[in-house]
Parts: sequence; C-alpha cells; structure tokens
Amino acid sequence: MKRRSTLKLAVGAALAAGLAFGTAALGGETIKIGAVAPKSGPLAGGSTVTHWPTIQLWVSEVNGRGGLNIDGTQKMIELIEYDDKTNPGEHIKAVQRLITQDKVDMLLPPYGTGFHIAAAPIYAKNGFPLVSVTAISDQVDSLTTKFPTMFFTLGTTSAFVGGVIEILNDMKAAGTIGNRVAMVNVADAFGIEMADAARPMLENAGYEVVYDKSYPLGTPDLSPVMKGAKASNPDAFLAWSYPPDTFGLTKAAITENLDVKVFYTAVATSFPAYGGAFGQAANGVIGAGGTNPDDPKIAAYRKAHMDVTGQPADYWASANTYVALQILEQAMEGVGTIDRPAITQYIKDNTFDTIMGEISFDKQNSAKFWSVGQWQDGVFRGVKGSNVDGAVDVQVKSGWK
Amino acid sequence: MDILVSGLLLAGTYALVAMGLNLQYGVARIMNLANGELLVLGALASFWLFVSAEMSPLLTIFLVAPVAFAGNWLIYRFLLLPLVKRAKSQGHLEVDAILATFGMSFIMVGLMLSIHGEYFTYEFLTQPITILGSIVALNRFIAFLIAVAIGAGLYLWLNHTRPGAAMRAVAVSPEAAGLVGIDVARMSAFAFATGGAVTAVGGALISTFITLDASIGVLFTMKALIIVIMGGVGDIRGAILAAIILGIVETAVATLIDPGLTLTAAYLIFLLILLFRPQGLFGRRAT
Repeated sequence: MKRRSTLKLAVGAALAAGLAFGTAALGGETIKIGAVAPKSGPLAGGSTVTHWPTIQLWVSEVNGRGGLNIDGTQKMIELIEYDDKTNPGEHIKAVQRLITQDKVDMLLPPYGTGFHIAAAPIYAKNGFPLVSVTAISDQVDSLTTKFPTMFFTLGTTSAFVGGVIEILNDMKAAGTIGNRVAMVNVADAFGIEMADAARPMLENAGYEVVYDKSYPLGTPDLSPVMKGAKASNPDAFLAWSYPPDTFGLTKAAITENLDVKVFYTAVATSFPAYGGAFGQAANGVIGAGGTNPDDPKIAAYRKAHMDVTGQPADYWASANTYVALQILEQAMEGVGTIDRPAITQYIKDNTFDTIMGEISFDKQNSAKFWSVGQWQDGVFRGVKGSNVDGAVDVQVKSGWK
Repeated sequence: MDILVSGLLLAGTYALVAMGLNLQYGVARIMNLANGELLVLGALASFWLFVSAEMSPLLTIFLVAPVAFAGNWLIYRFLLLPLVKRAKSQGHLEVDAILATFGMSFIMVGLMLSIHGEYFTYEFLTQPITILGSIVALNRFIAFLIAVAIGAGLYLWLNHTRPGAAMRAVAVSPEAAGLVGIDVARMSAFAFATGGAVTAVGGALISTFITLDASIGVLFTMKALIIVIMGGVGDIRGAILAAIILGIVETAVATLIDPGLTLTAAYLIFLLILLFRPQGLFGRRAT
C-alpha cells in the first residue's frame, strides 16, 4: 500500500511538472516498451481503472520472472509512460517521441476507440503491431485492411447492440417485457455510433422506441432525461453512456424509481466503483462488457491485480488488456528477436494461450469477447458474448432497493 | 412545475459553482482559473471521507470550509499578493493572475490524480422526495438549501455589516477604499479565502449527485465564468440570478425541446447578455 502511494505520488509529481515518468529496470540488458494513454483529461478516470494498473501488473510480473527472453537472453522491461492528456494530438506527439527519441522496441496499445484510430497510421508506418483493446467499431474490416499491423480484440458496435437485443428478445419471448424501449445516448462519438446502430436493429426486431434522446457530455442534471424516459412508460431502458453519465443516469433512475425490467448503461457499468457506489440497487443492472470471475485464470489475474496495484480490476476490459499484453509477450518471445514485421506476422499466424483462453486472429480480428454483463449480488458477470464460456443467465431487474 | 422545481435545484448547483469565483474576481480582482479544481478538491475530500470513514458529506463541509479558507488565504498572501503589488494596472494584474492560477490548476490536477485518479462516485441520499408534486433527489435538495443559505448569508453580510460594506468598497474601487482607511490587502485576502471556502463547500455538496474526476475542474471553471460574467462581476445577486436563469432555461429546454440542446441554450443566453448588456445583469458600466 505504501509502495503504491509513493509510486502514485511520483506519477502525480511528474504529471504536475508536465514530465514523463519512466520505470527503469536496474542493471542488465533491458527492452524498452512505450505506453501512451490518458493520465489526465476526461478519459483518465477510465484509464486509471482499466488500462494503467494492468500494464503495471504485467510489467511487474514479467520482470518478476526475470524479464522477456529475447535474443537468447533474459531482458528486463523498461517501461516508458506518457500522458496524452486525452488529446489525440498529444497522443501522436508522444508516440512519435517514443519511436524517434526514446527508440522503444515495442509499443503498448492506447486507451479509447478514437485514440486507436488516431494512432493506427503512425503504428503502421513504423511497423509496430497495435493490439487494440479498448476499441469498438463496426469499421474493423476497413481499418485492418488499411492498417496491416492493427488487431482488434474487444468486438464490434453491432455485436454490443446485438447482445442487448438478444436479452430483450429472450425476455419478450418469455412474456416478461413488452416491446416499449426507451433509449438515450451521450452526444459523443461512442454514444452516437451505438445509438445509430441500435435504432434500425431495434426496429427490425419489432421494438417500439418510445423515447430516443441524446444529451451532451457533462450534463450536470440528467433528471429531465430520466423524467422523460419514465413518462414514456418503457419496458426496457437503454443508455449508450460514458462514465460520468452512467453514474448520473443510475442515480436519476433510483430517484425517479424508474420501473423497468431491463436497465442498461454502457461504459463504466463494469467498474467495481459502480457496484461499490450503488450496492444492492445495482443488482440486475446490465451493462457493456463482462467477464467470468469464476474462471480460475481470470480469478488468479483479478487477485494479482489487487495484490500488485492495490485496486480491483474492472469486470470487462481489464482482462482484455492483460490478454493483449500476453499476446505481445508471447509473440516477442516466439519470434525471439525484436523484428517487428516478424512479430506482426507471428500474431497473425499463431494461437495464443491467455487468461481468456486461446486467442487467434481472423483477418486481424479476434471474435472472442464479452458484450453484455450484469450485476448479480455484488459481482458483474458476463451474460452475453462471442465464443466465451461461463455466461450466466440474465436476471430480471426488480426495483432499486 | 417539474421544470420550475428541477430548474431551481440546478440553479442552486450553479450558484454553488459561481458564488466563490464572484467574490474572488469581484473583490480580490483575481480571475481564478483554478476555481474548478478547487471545487473538485472539495468533492474529493467529501468522496474520500465518505468512502474511507463513512463520514457524511454534510459534516465534511464543516471541515472543508475552514481548511479551504486557510489554504486560499495562504495562496493569496504568498502567491498572489506579490502579483497584486507589482501590477501596474488592473489589466496587468488580470493577466498575471490568470497565468498564475492557470499554472496552479495543473498542480492541483496532478495532486488529485495522485490521490485518486478514478471517478469520485458514491451514493449519498439519492432517495426521492416530493416537492410541490415533483420528484427530486434529496441530495440535490439539500445542496440547494445550503446554496440558498450561503447566498443569503453572503448577501446580508455584504449589505448589512461594516466589513461587508468595506468589501463592497474594495470591489468598487480598491484605490478609493484604501484612501478611506480600509486595509485593501487584508480585505482582498479575506474575500479570496471566503470565495475559496464557498467553492470547496460547493464541490463537496455537488459530488453527492454529480460524478466528478480529477480532470473535470475546467468544465466548472467555464460554467462559473459564464455565470459570473452574465451576472455582473462583483455582485452576488447577479451571480444568483444568472444561476437561476441558466438552471431554469436548461431544464426547460431539456424537458420541452431536447436534452441535446441545453448547452446551445445556455450559450445563446450568454451571447444575448453579452450583446445587449455587456456589463452583466447587475454590473456597473465601466467608467
């Protein structure tokens, strides 16, 4: 705990001074690995839950067993971290600096869909593999064609919407819900793309969208939105939301006592802080992502995450982030030298043994991911996914007590 | 009715955001760009004490207020007073103060990130209560009541006490106030510290219903600036009236037209006021 706080303080001090912070391994030969992601700005609240702690865990584990085996010798990882301030321009500059100035051997993926798309050209141009985690898009095909070093692991927009619609269909078939759906979205790239994908899919599946509104990012009072949704008398409530509004909409739903059988909020529903804040009221809430915490490998990862970083992993992309790092690790060791084109090819050709089971890529896309999870008795469990084991049954949301 | 009640509660939130800056800019003449960060710091204190010690945010504010007062007083004394002393003109001071507090805001963001980089989310009094037939969250209502109390307190103090009168004198003209025997430096420090305390208390209360994070302060600084400029610099009534207008208009637009247009509506009003009453609702024309 103490170590963690000194480390965090150091990070903070470095940030305050606007400097980068690197953890250098002592002595011996090292392999330089660069990471750029938000440590400040709007996405920092998410990346400090999902992204950075898992990187910290991975580096400490690899160095704990003596480093990576490259060129026949064990090399400790020297991690160089930069804050992109949640600004794509800063992000590109930092990646450029890592490549030209720091001369890193490998780059870790960015955080957030927009940042992956912004960074893909510079990764591709310099031949660095980009094993994306927190990037969800329906443009996977065209992106991977354009950027031959880019890989996707977290799924597509339509798979995420599709998972939700599957749940609605099951409940409608069982007679639990009717066909009235209230839908809101944050007026930001992610929310707009999700809502645009959901609208025709809901309509084709025979649902009536009785409330369909967007709200600006950072709206201080979401109660008019919730009052409007409630007045439309929906059976299900879907919100394509970002972290602050995921919490805000849930609070508004508790206050308004929104009586729906399905309550869905998107990003950050899988954060441990969500269950921590709402306790029993969170029970039955469904959200983007999911994991199988009962799987022994996932359980071991979650425990190590807690032990090393002092904070719990989220119930979604934390595990995927670790998987991406495992893929890079195995590819680097599999090739045996820092030959980046060969490493990229290795990722395309091989199957990787990860904490989420075996992962391989078809046209640079892995079809193994969780799309929907649900809070059940204090744990956010995966309920829908693609090629994943351990999905539990969906429970009907009953009230906010 | 829903619109009026929700709008007034939102106005309470905005008043909490802006009253502190109004004092700091109106009296101490410091355009404090770290205002939002200070608010988030109050929120962090409230979150942290609630999560680690289960301390009610309603008690936290009694801790936050004196600490923020002392902290801001020190900041004014040691960081800003030298700027005030060497400033040749009001414009010069504003530029210096903006730069200094802008830098300060980065330091505060860095500090807060090192303490807690994640979202400050917790649940406190989310339960509904019914006011005039409209359902509202209890935490918002309490924040509103405290905002009213702070606003009324500041108004009475500024208008019905001697130190308050001295404060207003400094707001109108620091030079003239000095000539009639008012300790301008002391008054300014006091105004700056009081403003800081109000902002930090506002943050502690706001964190019960809005999820904040270490980097979000700038949004609140922007909002506070809009409200202070709309209301007229240095007049607490202006800030409160501007907060009420914004709160009700945003809620009305969200309910009657579309939640997506709230920001547009807010900036439209801001624009209209700048066009037709550039000194603000209660501001005096520059002489």
